[in-house]
Amino acid sequence: MSQHTFRLNGRSVTVDVDDDVRLLWVLRDVLGVHGPKYGCGINVCKACTSHVNGKAFNPCSVPVSRLAETDEITTIEGLADTVGKDLHPMQEAWIERDVAQCGYCQPGQIMAAVAVVNRARAEGREVSEADLDGIRNICRCGTYTRIREAVREGASRM
Amino acid sequence: MTPPRHNPPLPGQGAAAPAAGHPDRTAADPGRRRFLGYLVAAPTLAAAADFGLGASAPAAALPGGPQPAEVYDLNDALTDAARPTANLITVVVEKDGTASFELPRSENGQGVTTSTAMLIAEELDLPVEKVLVTLAPARPELVFNQITGGSNTTVATFTPIRVAAAVAKGALLDAAATELGDSVNLLRSKDGVITGPSGSVTYGELAEKAATDRTRSVAVELKAAADYTVIGTPQGRLDARRAVTGQKAYTLDLDVEDAKPTMICRAPTLNGKPRAVRNQAAVAAMPGITDVALVPTGVAVRGETFGQCIDAVRALDVAWLDGPLAGTSERDALAKVRAAEVPLSVPALGPLPKSVEADFTFWFRSNSSLEPNAAIADVRADRAEIWGACKNPISAAEEIATQLGLPPTAVTFHIIEGGGSFGRKLFYDAAIEAAQCSKAFGKPVRLMWHRTDDARVGRTHPLATSRVRATYAAGEVLSYEQRHTSVVTDFGHGLGELLTAMAAKLPVGKIGFSQTVFALSQEVPYDYGATNQLLDEVDLPFNTSSMRNVYSPDVSTARELVTDRLAAALKKDPYTFRREVAKDDRTRAVLDKVAKEGRWGRPMPAGTAQGIAIHKEYKGVNACLVEIDCRPETVSRPVRDGVTGPRVTKVVMAVDVGLAVNPKGLEAQMQGGIMDALAMTLTSSLHFEDGHFLEGSWDDYFYTREWNVPPEVEVHVMPSQQAQPGGAGEFGVSPTCAAVACAYARATGRMPTSFPVNHHDPLAFTPKPTVPPIPQSPTDGLDHTY
Repeated sequence: MSQHTFRLNGRSVTVDVDDDVRLLWVLRDVLGVHGPKYGCGINVCKACTSHVNGKAFNPCSVPVSRLAETDEITTIEGLADTVGKDLHPMQEAWIERDVAQCGYCQPGQIMAAVAVVNRARAEGREVSEADLDGIRNICRCGTYTRIREAVREGASRM
Repeated sequence: MTPPRHNPPLPGQGAAAPAAGHPDRTAADPGRRRFLGYLVAAPTLAAAADFGLGASAPAAALPGGPQPAEVYDLNDALTDAARPTANLITVVVEKDGTASFELPRSENGQGVTTSTAMLIAEELDLPVEKVLVTLAPARPELVFNQITGGSNTTVATFTPIRVAAAVAKGALLDAAATELGDSVNLLRSKDGVITGPSGSVTYGELAEKAATDRTRSVAVELKAAADYTVIGTPQGRLDARRAVTGQKAYTLDLDVEDAKPTMICRAPTLNGKPRAVRNQAAVAAMPGITDVALVPTGVAVRGETFGQCIDAVRALDVAWLDGPLAGTSERDALAKVRAAEVPLSVPALGPLPKSVEADFTFWFRSNSSLEPNAAIADVRADRAEIWGACKNPISAAEEIATQLGLPPTAVTFHIIEGGGSFGRKLFYDAAIEAAQCSKAFGKPVRLMWHRTDDARVGRTHPLATSRVRATYAAGEVLSYEQRHTSVVTDFGHGLGELLTAMAAKLPVGKIGFSQTVFALSQEVPYDYGATNQLLDEVDLPFNTSSMRNVYSPDVSTARELVTDRLAAALKKDPYTFRREVAKDDRTRAVLDKVAKEGRWGRPMPAGTAQGIAIHKEYKGVNACLVEIDCRPETVSRPVRDGVTGPRVTKVVMAVDVGLAVNPKGLEAQMQGGIMDALAMTLTSSLHFEDGHFLEGSWDDYFYTREWNVPPEVEVHVMPSQQAQPGGAGEFGVSPTCAAVACAYARATGRMPTSFPVNHHDPLAFTPKPTVPPIPQSPTDGLDHTY
């Protein structure tokens, strides 16, 4: 066991766990942060999508020892705080479009959507059909139609 | 004329009198509005209704002609099964002015907690947000009335829930009359407040005053449909905020004391068994691992984190007994199904009539939800507590009790909201395993299936063939025969027992319950003369279950493709032909709607085409029009680790489910069904080779992804004159499967006969090893940020 320190949703946290335990399990099993979901453990389904330093990533595929003390991890629980509100505009859009069915993949979908919009903006453009086609997060309830509407709606509010 | 309804005698009370006013109108009468409910002795107002209310007419007198499903369908059987149960469901008004209700059904994303809150809000005149609907734990006294399946929840619960809420409102009005000194007929209830000439009082203030210390029956009259202000209006999900903020807790998120992560190392062949562990001590000493033990389905490990459990499962060295299908492939399974096929009976030959004949194969498909199989168990010497998503908790609790050697009353099953079901959660494989693990370790466990287990060992929709022969002469279809032959579908989750118990009442004679489900769910929606559809099954030891319906998507795909062939043979347009042979105006209305909104017949470039299809089930009718692009540049557009295939570019659906309680929720169910249908028809199947399924992740099993999603999806909810709701959860799948198949045939000029259409393409992935049975998590996640 060894100690690992990183920033989680605006606060510094230190955990005592083996180096190679993936961040998803550090979040869920050690820290009790359950927003990021397990769906495959091999960076395919994207249900655990969260942000590292503002960019989307999948904690199921990052050993905790790879994080530096200054790395800022944001999970769905901390997303609204990044804009200083109760809800992030993307979460508002998700509620307005009534996207969630079972809801299991939706934290990951929202974290991916925010990153996709930010990436497009950084490239000086708006979200395109190709961007939407490129989102790899799986929704087994098949809420994709409303996800696409909500991403555009959320982008217009961001 | 149907038999009179029987109300249950309550303790200290004789049999209740029939409802006043309409003594000969039964619960099956959709126009009926007067019912008996109960005020139940409780500290605050509690109003109840017999959960069996609202069942349909039993199939007493069936005409000889129609197919069984036309007059009495699976929904009727599921609803009727509730009738003799005679147990109460209760709406409680709390001191804070909210109403609470425990729904004896399972929520896995289909939206029944929201629609149930709407029914209560309607009769109680309370804002929907003030109705708290939770899921009831296993209630053995409900016998057959706690199964969630067959798109039946709203059909079966529509009347009793409203009756209980109406009883509650009546009691609130009585209490308000006393409180305010006004007569009841001068009082008005709105938004949780009762107002009269002398003032107003809230439900919260009345909650204790309206309570009763003696349970008694009360006659109530339900609102007329014309007065609905909640039912039929679009309502967003009540759990939406919890879902988008990460607060919605699924089984794996529950905080149960000492229930540590647990996983199972499984055999390299399907349903193989463990014989011995060669390195148990070494694995038990691995970092974070607390326990290792043999369980019936493999070797269980328990540890501090699931990551460490994955390491331990991969490190285990186990001697296995082969499963019963070791060394066989899907071709062997297909050969057994072919051998069991029963010949078609109408002769195919002869100068007149002519015939259209077709033969289709449907390969295994996975009903994995995104939440893998999971359960928490805490088994002690004299009792057990289980937490999990389960659509049939009574059977689950009974089976777990049997396996543990406990009386059924010693097992408590808490129903947790599920992360998707699609048929998978009719079973409780993880709950049984969790109980076995907890017993073996003598400790609480949090069992999770790895995705690879979920894909390879989890339940599948069975491989099936469907053969059709239709004959025609002089411009008319004279006969339609369909023989569906399938690897057996497992109904061992309680539905089988339900139908066995109901057998004497069902209009299908002495046939097994798979055939019963088939006969009660399948209906050819066209006047095709002598019509006959039969199911035969082959008992092979695959792990099967339904998948957003059992037979309908495949049976309809076959039927609608043959319907297009018949139209061509009779030189008619597919839409016009369907319109002519449709059995009723309700069907013609949905056909006309999609043809108009989808611009049926518009010119399309070569390699693209439209397709149109209909499906009748769940007391409703549904039509779908799609446009597909099968041009090579579209089919082979590049996507990393995915399957692209033909792209469905547009879907237009028109659905008539009768009364749509929540049109917004209904639209969502149809949209989800459409996505399932694209996968089932074009991209997703399991391949069974050398005794195991090859697919082991979502990048192997090609469920619809964003790059497959149609840019245009329109769902039209038809206005309906029906007073009762029909089923919705599975209804979008069948017509879309069929329409996509028909469009594919028209775009390519070849009628597809094997589904999904890409099943025989070269594998689009490299199969993962079977030993170790699960893959290690990658370590390069930080190289793929965006």
